[in-house]
Amino acid sequence: MGSIRLNKVSKIFGEMKVIPSIDLEIENGEFVVFVGPSGCGKSTLLRLIAGLEDTSGGRIEIDGKDVTSEAPAKRGLAMVFQSYALYPHMTVRKNIAFPLKMAGEEQAVIDRKVAEAAKVLNLTDYLERKPGQLSGGQRQRVAIGRAIVRQPTAFLFDEPLSNLDAALRVTMRLEISELHQQLGTTMIYVTHDQVEAMTMADKIVVLNRGNVEQVGSPLELYSRPRNLFVAGFIGSPKMNLIEGAEAAKLGAKTIGIRPEHIAVSTTDGAWKGTVGVAEHLGSDTFCHVHTETAGTLTLRTAGDAMLKHGDTIYLTPDDRRIHKFNNEGLAV
Amino acid sequence: MARSVSTSRRVTFTVIAWVIALILFFPILWTIITSFKSEGDAIAFPPVFLNFHWTLDSYREVQERSDYLLHVWNSAAISFGSTLIALLISIPAAWAMAFNPGKRTKDILMWMLSTKMMPAVAVLVPFYLAFKNLGLLDTKLGLIIILTMMNLPIIVWMLYSYFKEIPGEILEAARMDGATLGKEIVYVLAPMAVPGIASTVLLNIILSWNEAFWTLNLSASQAAPLSTFIASYSSPEGLFWAKLSAASTLAIAPILVMGWFSQKQLVRGLTFGAVK
Amino acid sequence: MATMQMRTTARAMMAPAVILLLVWMVVPLAATLYYSFQNYTLLNPVISFAGLDNYYYFITDPAFASAVLNTIYLVGGVLLITVIGGLFLALLIDQPIFGQGIVRILVISPFFVMPTVAALVWKNMLMNPIYGIFAWLFSLVGLPPVDFLAQIPLLSIILIVAWQWLPFATLILLTALQSLDGEQMEAAEMDGAGVVSRFIYLVLPHLSRAITVVILIETIFLLGVFAEILVTTNGGPGTASTNLPFLVYTQALLNFDVGSASAGGIIAVVVANIVAFFLMRIIGKNLEA
Repeated sequence: MGSIRLNKVSKIFGEMKVIPSIDLEIENGEFVVFVGPSGCGKSTLLRLIAGLEDTSGGRIEIDGKDVTSEAPAKRGLAMVFQSYALYPHMTVRKNIAFPLKMAGEEQAVIDRKVAEAAKVLNLTDYLERKPGQLSGGQRQRVAIGRAIVRQPTAFLFDEPLSNLDAALRVTMRLEISELHQQLGTTMIYVTHDQVEAMTMADKIVVLNRGNVEQVGSPLELYSRPRNLFVAGFIGSPKMNLIEGAEAAKLGAKTIGIRPEHIAVSTTDGAWKGTVGVAEHLGSDTFCHVHTETAGTLTLRTAGDAMLKHGDTIYLTPDDRRIHKFNNEGLAV
Repeated sequence: MARSVSTSRRVTFTVIAWVIALILFFPILWTIITSFKSEGDAIAFPPVFLNFHWTLDSYREVQERSDYLLHVWNSAAISFGSTLIALLISIPAAWAMAFNPGKRTKDILMWMLSTKMMPAVAVLVPFYLAFKNLGLLDTKLGLIIILTMMNLPIIVWMLYSYFKEIPGEILEAARMDGATLGKEIVYVLAPMAVPGIASTVLLNIILSWNEAFWTLNLSASQAAPLSTFIASYSSPEGLFWAKLSAASTLAIAPILVMGWFSQKQLVRGLTFGAVK
Repeated sequence: MATMQMRTTARAMMAPAVILLLVWMVVPLAATLYYSFQNYTLLNPVISFAGLDNYYYFITDPAFASAVLNTIYLVGGVLLITVIGGLFLALLIDQPIFGQGIVRILVISPFFVMPTVAALVWKNMLMNPIYGIFAWLFSLVGLPPVDFLAQIPLLSIILIVAWQWLPFATLILLTALQSLDGEQMEAAEMDGAGVVSRFIYLVLPHLSRAITVVILIETIFLLGVFAEILVTTNGGPGTASTNLPFLVYTQALLNFDVGSASAGGIIAVVVANIVAFFLMRIIGKNLEA
């Protein structure tokens, strides 16, 4: 089991209210991603759940048991750190065995569990090496191995992929997702990268300045962002946000339209504009278009679109996919 | 800077550097050479450099002096003893300051440093009187106590600066893995800090071995370490240069070698981390 | 930041070091301060209140004025030699020379020689007017020998102490020099800066902090020079090479005048604190970074 419930959890550092008050429920087996810009409190929230920081107020329950003042080791959680935090003086085998040794397991049990974990993570050939002799991805796997041998009630990941290069990040993303499928254990994953959040999560928690902006599945957040912050944060390239006359026409303070929901034409449309920069990615083309009435918009169109700097084009948003926001920035 | 330099320039600099280095090293070299001379050769004028009768007599005589080994033992006991005691007190303190800093940590560190700035001579009188009353004058225990306290701030500072380089996440990982505080220090922190602890120990043994204010003032014969013992050769009537050289060579050789190995740490320790 | 429990543990682990140092610093200093206001000699066990007499007596003693001057000459002279010499040596060793490692070892070695040994070796084997190396070198160029410790005692001591501290300055400046960003130097070279301008605009500013640290730390140690004087000149001839610490030592352990020595000790604290104040500010700044 691994359900986690936060009840009015808050954290104050000196004068700084890092987390004013958060309520959150995480179901057993869910893959939950905390996402938000740096300094939004997502890592602090994870460390509160881990027990590495004291809460300033509120309750944390794991499987219905109040663990608010329990020591980290007693909570039955395992954590993978951003820097991996491998013990540099121990071999891979000893690193993975460490939590078992601390729990006083028998050597035979330790050996068996380490071997199993190593097999799952493709580390069998590296067991006698030290972390310094491993590549970034292998270190990452050792850190995960150290977490899984304990059979924790939940895994906590603190930006685990941010130190890897782009290609490896994609691979590891898949591996972690697969691991989640295999183990079915609750995972809480912190990242500032909305792509990671969208691709991995069952449930995304968008955080901003210590507050939960929205909780929901990736597609919910994509298609029905609750406010301007979520609208701007989820989706890549970013949603175009238009204020002023164009928004007023639809009775909103701000309207938003995603780059992929704009139709392009060389002859006619709602907004006339000139192409600024056209980024040809092969699969897609991203165009930055300076329009006369709606400001600069990003447009996502087919990869073979022959647009180039200086072209005059017409843009038409898909009416059904326009997001409207009121004066408070909330979706209407 | 890896770049090619003209050979002539390189040779010029090499010659200048070697000449200066040898001049600076000469007093030590001369001491070592003199230690192999007979007393007559030692005061020969003009000086004889290499073409003399090499002998180990002086070493033999120094060794045979009944009290010589006592002073070696005193030096070793005092410098190792004070360093180790200070280390035991400092490790927990440095751990606390490096990994659980509070609002006051910086102030405490600075204050510890400030105790090093106190001139020894200012507290000579009370210590002399207190030691006299407690019967600690000319005892190893007394000198160990004094040097422990002398070294404590440097040791705390050095350990602190080494511990600071160990990422806190690793200790947190150990905590998540179920390690208690004791196990965290024994299995994770200590093995990672071994190089730092070793160089701290090395530097402090050097400093204590060479200490020459408290040892001169608070020891006379029984507890006298080598620095005090050698100072006794300063009496003007004795021109036993070969023996002086032999005793000096024996006294400085181990520390010289230790010093060569601790150059980098030395900078860090003596500048309190201000220059790395 | 961590949990409450960790912070409590941390405080407990810091306590022994803090308490010991507190006792070590406060108690004897308070005792010195107390003695400095008493008439107290070890020859006469009766202690009486002296007011500022000890300070008056200590400061008006002609030996005090000369001790202060000698202290200034000693500190200043050694600083001058070691900083300039150290800078020169550091720049030299930093060049691509053959046997750099050995040169480095030779240069830093004097620092590890215990002060009593250094002083005795210099006093006897180098500076002895009859058999010493210097006397021989002088005779080679036809100069009469100089009795260094009798004729120029303070200068001789400055020379000995500078020999011991030159390695320290060199080592620290060399370390600082080697941390100079190579790309920065190359950028300056691309910008057309010559050797001299690179030294003035890049190297010197980069070294300025290390130089300051060297000056301050050496000052702290040099204010307390003692062993070198004790084994070479014993403060003499007369008081020609007596510095402040040596004067206090003379008062306390030779004249047994505890009160007066304590007053001298307190004066030494004041002097050291002025230097310490600046040093602490530099190190404190570094702690922020």
